[in-house]
Formats: sequence, structure tokens, C-alpha cells
Amino acid sequence: MTSRIGVVVFPGTNCEHDAVVALDQLGADASLVFHTETSLKGFDGIVLPGGFAHGDYVRPGAIARFSPIMDAVSAFGNDGGPILGICNGFQVLCEAQLLPGALQKNRGLTFLCKPTTLIVSSTRSVLTATATVGQELSIPINHFSGSYTCDSETLSMLRDQERIVLRYRENPNGSIDDIAGITNEAGNIVGLMPHPERAISSLLGSQDGNVLLSSFLHSSSTAQV
Amino acid sequence: MAERSETSEALHRALGLTDSEFDDIVSALDREPNALELALFGVMWSEHCSYKSSRIHLKRLPTTGPTVLVGPGENAGVVDAGDGIAVAIRIESHNHPSAIEPAQGAATGVGGILRDIFTMGARPLAVMDPLFFGEPNDARQRWLVEGVVSGISNYGNSVGVPTIGGELTFDRCYQSNPLVNVLCVGALPVERLVLSAATGTGNLAVLLGSSTGRDGIGGVSVLASAGFEGADGAATLDDDKRPSVQVGDPYEEKRLIEACLALLDEGLVVGIQDLGGAGLACATSETAAKGRVGMDVDVTAIPRREPGMEPWEVMTSESQERMLAIVTPAGLAQVEALCAQWEVSATVIGRVTDPGIDANGEPIGLLRLRDGFDGEILAEVPAAALADDAPLYERPMAEPASRAALLDDDPTDALADIDGTAAVLALLGDAHLVYQQYDHQLFLNTVIGPGADAALLRLAGPGLPASSKGMAISTDSNPRWCALDPRAGTAATVAEGLANVAVTGATAVAIVNCLNFGNPEHPEVMWQLSESIDGMTEACLAYGLPVIGGNVSLYNESGGVDIDPTPVVGTLGFVEELLERPPSLAWEAGETLVLVGEREAIGAHAFSLAGSSLAVDVAGRRGGTLFVMDSDAHKATCAFVANLVAESAGGSDGLLASIHDVGSGGIALAAAEMATASGVGVRVEGIQGIAEAFCEHPGRFLATTRDLDALVERANVAGVALSVLGQTGGDDLSIDALVSLSLEALIYRSNHALGEALDAASAS
Repeated sequence: MTSRIGVVVFPGTNCEHDAVVALDQLGADASLVFHTETSLKGFDGIVLPGGFAHGDYVRPGAIARFSPIMDAVSAFGNDGGPILGICNGFQVLCEAQLLPGALQKNRGLTFLCKPTTLIVSSTRSVLTATATVGQELSIPINHFSGSYTCDSETLSMLRDQERIVLRYRENPNGSIDDIAGITNEAGNIVGLMPHPERAISSLLGSQDGNVLLSSFLHSSSTAQV
Repeated sequence: MAERSETSEALHRALGLTDSEFDDIVSALDREPNALELALFGVMWSEHCSYKSSRIHLKRLPTTGPTVLVGPGENAGVVDAGDGIAVAIRIESHNHPSAIEPAQGAATGVGGILRDIFTMGARPLAVMDPLFFGEPNDARQRWLVEGVVSGISNYGNSVGVPTIGGELTFDRCYQSNPLVNVLCVGALPVERLVLSAATGTGNLAVLLGSSTGRDGIGGVSVLASAGFEGADGAATLDDDKRPSVQVGDPYEEKRLIEACLALLDEGLVVGIQDLGGAGLACATSETAAKGRVGMDVDVTAIPRREPGMEPWEVMTSESQERMLAIVTPAGLAQVEALCAQWEVSATVIGRVTDPGIDANGEPIGLLRLRDGFDGEILAEVPAAALADDAPLYERPMAEPASRAALLDDDPTDALADIDGTAAVLALLGDAHLVYQQYDHQLFLNTVIGPGADAALLRLAGPGLPASSKGMAISTDSNPRWCALDPRAGTAATVAEGLANVAVTGATAVAIVNCLNFGNPEHPEVMWQLSESIDGMTEACLAYGLPVIGGNVSLYNESGGVDIDPTPVVGTLGFVEELLERPPSLAWEAGETLVLVGEREAIGAHAFSLAGSSLAVDVAGRRGGTLFVMDSDAHKATCAFVANLVAESAGGSDGLLASIHDVGSGGIALAAAEMATASGVGVRVEGIQGIAEAFCEHPGRFLATTRDLDALVERANVAGVALSVLGQTGGDDLSIDALVSLSLEALIYRSNHALGEALDAASAS
């Protein structure tokens, strides 16, 4: 069944079209949802794409969490619906406390746009369910504030519950425990800093992003929302 | 001529106008201008806006071609790319703002060029930044480099347009006057092309975007159209110009882009113009002049950032992130609603009125500034007088007296015994520290990004018809060549652009130029500019390339010393079908290395080091006679390479396994860069000496193949020269007895050269 995916657009979001292209290429029916909407009825999965929502003013994601659509996003997630936050979307999910921890400025204090190698660390999430633990994926990063951090209790919990889904093989930004992506306890809400939608064809240099996005679509088509 | 009153005499000079320009204004108006009118002329007749020193020379450039939809004179040049898609391209300079305030100067340079592109109806898809700094040996240069790069990074990334390449040049001539150029390409469905003319009496002029503040007043005149006082990096003497630098907000610009493209999609815009240099004065007078209509502007309706702003400040402010749209009264409500969705302010500030009538009874554009919509007229000026009728100067020209001695000082023989190994290490260095700070992948188009000969993009984007074409863009410059011979150097720079896009498999279709020169009141600078334009004209005619847009940046001087002539060329090309990746510069072991193209330059010197990176950057020898180009051979070689690259894309069955243009540093550096990128060594044999290893005449490519016989056959059929230089493999780069380096040393140096140079600067 074709998954209907809503891609949320805040003012300042800029990866929304790329997310739609990548998801549609894998057979999804993706469409844009403006941040002033209040309902996500009819969608099988939600993507919060990358960019600079509300200009990243105050902190990345700090204003976006108050956008009207976010109540519906929370409700969608609490009902078990698959939610994927990519880059700025991950920052929004942390600010909205749908995921624990926070993303701070990169070690080195510069923006980084470069290829990275990710290692699948857990398949206990909608993003990695059909991948294999230990699988290496070449997927680029593109962020200034991508260094994941949390307190030690949270880190232990994330490890114990196998909620660290992706790690960097070579840590580019100083993230604690090389974390590139995490999930919530139920595994249906995932955030990652790298951009799987930028790795969807050999023409662009890698198609490893399809491993993650097709897992997300598979989960969306089977989720009972 | 009537006597000038004392007050206006003091005022017009303070605004940067000469006495004779003031007299021209009096004739144009048939009366003495008031202070507000004088302020409008002050910015519009500035060198930066009016091109008054360069325009008579620019006329010589070829500007038309079969695919050109819009040539110079509009906000951007536009070519028909086929498949229902038009591509808009433009290049600008933001040199002086960046010298005074590097982060904001560079950021607003990006913002300005994006507006030029979406003004045409195109979505901006990519930016490239050619940057020129002094030698990275002092803390001030590091402050400039870091400021400029962070400004581009912050603004470009946040506004959502990828930065896909550029240039990074260090030379002492930019020590006090860095150059920050920025090129932007965008694309649009061909039928959506809009121009900037205002039409339709009764239509409304709506100001979109940011409020108007006191930033950037006099940016085009005081700042951009005068040299710096400070010499040897002591630009603190010019710090009082900082308020003339604009301040940018990429989030405002991002929403403005989305709102404007939505307005154009809905067909709600009659004409649209961005507010850049000279702000509202420029936008209102240019739209009125082009449409030959009257434009009544209520100065009090313009949203201000602070109270107490005078009308002249409001009209000449260069506050960023503003656009002027001409809309119908019936469409206004829809315009306001769409803008509200994107949280973009939209304010009616004027209306289109009946045109003025000139002496021949013809309609002419007329700009009227009023205090309230039907209030007192504060200024009334024929729009064309502001926009088009600045005086044109045929400034004196003279070849520099020192040039004969310079040409005689050829370094080629003197450098025959220089250490080639040390020279390769000195010249090697990758700019990844800079370009990894730029988002270069947004829109999923970037097939080849920064750090290569040219960038290669898929021709795709939101709202565009489907296409499998590719678009290649290269920016090129060579001040070392142009300092010796601005004419031949500029022609060779155009040739470099042609070669760089050929490496991606593309055929060049047009160029844009950014002519960065010194003070036009120096006859030597005008000679350089004129020679450079002649060289560009010759090359464009030889290669069939129209110049579809450009920018002239003069007064790049400090303490009375001019920069070396620095014409920057942006070359646009297309690949007919881009389905798989073309060969890169990385080879594998067991391939045959060949030189494609004529080994020797024509003319007296087969291998000349004059103007080469080896002579200038390594040995400090800036003299000599530049190589002579064979443009016919170059054109044939580039076409041959482009075809082979396109054929070789994607597979192991193509004739070319890897390819790289021979540019700065010659064959030696090109081989070093290929070995570094591959992690595989090479043994090169038969190079006749240091001069052949490091000479730079364009028209040569290094390539590897796994099927030498077939490649030789193809070259013979095409009439293109090809010579075998060696075999890939091993862990070393060796070029006869001239260069010998381990891969380890090459890779370390390539990764660390730039960082170490800048670190040394901060420690000093």
C-alpha cells in the first residue's frame, strides 16, 4: 500500500522538496503540510525535514516547537505514528521533548557539509527496522548544531533500551557516544542529523539513504494510526 | 551655465558628484535640483550603478546568441536550456563592504545576487564564490577569510541555496582590498520569465519584505565607488565607512523568495524589481524608465525601522531583503494574503501614473516622490535621467610605463633548476576547510561539488519541468596572467572556463563576467580594463560564447595602489543527458596517463613560466612574456574532451577513466592532485624540464585510459593532439628527475596546507 507521508514546512525549512522527491522515488505519496495546519489526519507517517525553521532564532527548533502543527505531531507520535526528524527536524523533536537530549554546536564551531559513514546500531526503530545491525551507510551531514548531548542517566537509558539507532564511524561533530540518531522508547519517533534524502542515487554519490527511508516507509504502511 | 548655489555645491561633492555632473543634472531638469533630487542622482550616477567609466568599453562585448533570452541590462542573463527550462545567471562583487565588515559584507553579497535571480522568476539553485585575499601571513587576513567564509556560510546555508564552488586566491595585491565575488544560477519554466518594467496606469507599487533603516546609505557611492585610504592592511583608516555596509537577515530573504515565487506562480505580478544598490531610488526609477510610465511614490508610506528618517535616507537606504512588485489593484488582496502566509510584509508605497512627455512628444518615465499619496511633491525627475543618462566617460588610457621592463624579466630560464618537489608541496592545498562550511547539496542536484574543475548539477528543482540534462558552471580568474598582459590573460581566462566545463562533459553556451579593477581615474587602470575587455571579446568570438551579464567593480585600490587586473569569468554549459557520474580526477592503478591537447604553446616560447603559479607564488618572479594561445586548437580539444567525458560517464567501458584540466601549477600540480585524490601513484616520463612541468597555457588535460589504442585512434580522427606521459600505480608521484613525492606526503600536505597557513597567521 502506498504510504501517505506528510512533510512539515515551517518558515525557513529548506529540505522539504528534497524529502518529497526522495520519498516519492521509493513509491510513497508525499505532500507538504504547512506549519499553521492543526491536523495530520490521513497521513501514515510524518517527516520534519531539514532547514532553519523560524530562522533558527533563539536556538534551532526552539520556536518551531510552538508552531500550531506541533500539537498534531505530538498526538500523532503518541498514537504510535511513525515520525522522522532529519537534521533541523531532529532539533525540533528534541526541543518539543518528543526525543530526549539536545543538539549543541559542533566541536570546532563551524558548519559542516560532508560525507560521513554511519553504522546501524539498533534496528529497534521505524528508521532502521529493515536494516542490519553493523551495516555501514554513506550519508552526508549538513549542520552547525549537530553535536548530540544528554545527561549520563539518559545516555545509559538510551544504550540499555537500544535507542541509539545510528552512530558515526568517525565522529565529525563531537556527539556524545558518536550518536548520529536516536529513537523514543516505542521506536516510532526517530531523529537523526545526517540527511538520508541526499543519498538516494549513485548519480549523487550514494544511495544508502534509501535503506533508511524505505524502512521508514515500510513502517508507515504497516503502522496502525 | 547658471551659477551653482553654494549649498548645493557643497552637497553634490559630499554625495560624490563632480561639478560637471552637477551641471548635467541642471540641464536634465532644466532647473537646479533640490537636496532630495541631488541625493537620488548621487547614488544613481555613482560608478557602481551607472558604469560611467566602463560602459563605452563594455559595448564591444558580444552579447547575443541563439539560446540567449535575456542579455546584459536586466537583473540577470537568461538562456534557453531546452526541455521548457530557462536558466538565469548573474555575478556580482561585494568587495568594499567585505573589506570593512567581512561577515555582513559577504552575506549581503549573497542576498543581493539571489534577489537578482528570483526577480527574473527563477528559483535560485546554486551560488559560487570567487574569493581573493592578501597573503595569509597576518591576523587581519585571517579575520577577513574567516569573516567572509562565515558570512557566506551563515547566509547561504540558512537561506536554502547551496554553494557549489568558487575560487580561493591569495596574493599580496589584495592585502588591503580583498575581492568577494558571488555568482548565482537559477532556473524557471521558460514561460514564467518576467522583466522589471512597470506598466499600466493605476497599478500599484508594493514594497515587499523588510522595513527600511539607516543601514547601507551611500553603499554604492561612498563605499563602492571610491578607493580605500589605508595601505598595507591598515584599513582602520576606513572604519568610518562601516555604516555604509548593509546588514543581512537570511530568514527574511528565505520567506521573501518563497513569497515572490508564489506571487509569480499565481500570475499576480506585472513587474518586479529587487532593491539592491541605491535601494528604492534605483528600483523605482529603473522600473519607471523601462516601462516609460510615471511612478508616484509616497515616501511616508515606506515602513521605517526607526523614527526621524529623512526622505533622502529612505530613498537611498540599502536595507536588505526588500523587493518592489507592480501589481493590479484587483490583485492586491491576493498579494497581501500570500505574503501574510509567508510572514512577509507588503505595503503599497506608490502607483503607476501617466508618463511624462519629452520634447518629441514621446512618453518617458517619470519619478515623483510625494509627502502622502496626494501630498506635496518632494522630488520630480525624469526616470531615465537617473537610470540611463549618467554621463559616459572616455577616461584617458595609458599602458603602464613599467610594462616593457616587466615583459623583459622572463623567469623561465632562471627557474630551470628550481626544486620541483618542493614546488609541488608549496602549491598543493585543498580548500575543503572552506567549502565544507557551505551546504553544497541542497535540491539533490549536485553531481560534482566544490573542489573540482567545474561544478556539475542536475537541471532540476521545485516547479521545473522534468529534464535529464545537466548544467556545468565554472568560475575562473588569473590575476597573475592579467597583470602581465590583461588582453591575452583575459582571453586565456575565458579559455580556462571552456576547458573546465568540458571536463564535466558539458558544452559551454554563455559567460558572465565580474571585472575587478583599480581606480579608473588612473590611465593605467583604464588601459588594463580596455585591454581586458578586448581580450574577452576576442575569446568570446573565437569560442562562440555570448556575455549575458556582468558587473564592473572599480576603485579596488588602497593607499593609491591598485589591485592587479582581476576579471572573473563565470562559464555556463550544459550536458545533454546526465544519467550517470562522469569520470572524476581519480584514477586507478594500471591506467595509461596521457596529455590531451597541444603539448607546446605557439609563439616564441613552447613552455613559458611567465605568470605561472611556480614563478609568482613560489619564486616571486612576476615578469615575463605570457604564452600565446591557439584558440582553434583549444576549441577542438575542449569539444573532443566533452564528448569523451559524456560517453565515459558511469561505466568502466568508457575510454576515459579519469580527467583533470591542466591549470595553475601545470602538469606537475595536476598530476599531484590526481594522485592525491586517487590514493594511487604515477610515474610520468618524458617531460622536458621544469618549464614543461609547471607551464600553464590552457588547452591541455591530463587523462587516464584503459584502452590507449582506441583513445589514440579517436584523437587522430578528431585531429586533437595526444601524448603518452606515463602509467598509474605505486605509492609515489614521480615526474622524471624533477619531482619525487610519496602519496603520504601529498595527502598530508593537501589536507593541511590551508589550515596551517591560516593558523600561522593567527599566531603571528
